[in-house]
Amino acid sequence: MKAKVYVTLKPGVLDPQGKAIQHSVELLGFGGIADVRQGKYFEIALDNSLAEDQARESATRMAAEVLSNPIIEDYRVEIEA
Amino acid sequence: MKFGVIVFPGSNCDHDAYHVISKHVGQPVDFIWHRDTDLSSYDAVIIPGGFSYGDYLRAGALARFSPVMNSVKKFAESGRFVLGICNGFQILCEAGLLPGALIRNRGLHFICEHVFVRVETGDTPFTNELRRGVVLRVPIAHAEGNYVCDDATLAALKREDRIVFRYTDKDGHATDAANPNGSRENIAGICSRGRNLMGLMPHPERACEDLLGSSDGRDIFRSLAATLAAVA
Repeated sequence: MKAKVYVTLKPGVLDPQGKAIQHSVELLGFGGIADVRQGKYFEIALDNSLAEDQARESATRMAAEVLSNPIIEDYRVEIEA
Repeated sequence: MKFGVIVFPGSNCDHDAYHVISKHVGQPVDFIWHRDTDLSSYDAVIIPGGFSYGDYLRAGALARFSPVMNSVKKFAESGRFVLGICNGFQILCEAGLLPGALIRNRGLHFICEHVFVRVETGDTPFTNELRRGVVLRVPIAHAEGNYVCDDATLAALKREDRIVFRYTDKDGHATDAANPNGSRENIAGICSRGRNLMGLMPHPERACEDLLGSSDGRDIFRSLAATLAAVA
């Protein structure tokens, strides 16, 4: 079983890395880009004996307490069997 | 009075802090390895600058799980003094001991230069030998020093007189041009509600000798020493 955790900056928090990436892809000729926001992605391999709701609870706590900083970031958890 | 300097894997300003306490403050000081948990013999601890845990995940994020941090929390709750410098400030914010967060500098670059900061309050154990409005010249060296907090936190910091330093120009004007990293309202350092815990991004420990370009940082350590002498 696998937990996928996506950590993204809250709307309104400055993302200078995203801005620099946007600038670079625009230089390559890609148009129509309104905004680029950079985030983090975690894959956590979990013991297959865990029930899905246990896995979700555990991954959500990890996301809330360690993987994200609630002052500046949001998170989303997906569980894959 | 006895000082401790906490050492995490990746701390690199620990010796600078130790040097300043032993040479300029003239008091006993120990290094405290991050796995140690007994702070009972100390009156003040310094969480120094550096790259604890390689800045993995977020600057300061993993250091807060080191065993010593539980002790630091109790140490601060008991009213003793904690000074977090640069990475130490980031760790104190990640640990929830100071409000807000330090994110990537708005210009993306790691900035290593001398800047000016204005003392915003003399009413802390770290600035009581200074006066509000005094401008200090101190170095910064960070990539994640952009202080952010929500409106309610900012209002509380102001109401409680907890903004200790702001980035300014040499004349003490907190302009946008004098803000090196994009920090909200030019904030460079704040203290806890109990005022016994302070975090700041500049490095006063690197500004204690004229040979190094400035000795303005000594006033911060002098203030702390005066506080400790008064409570002893």
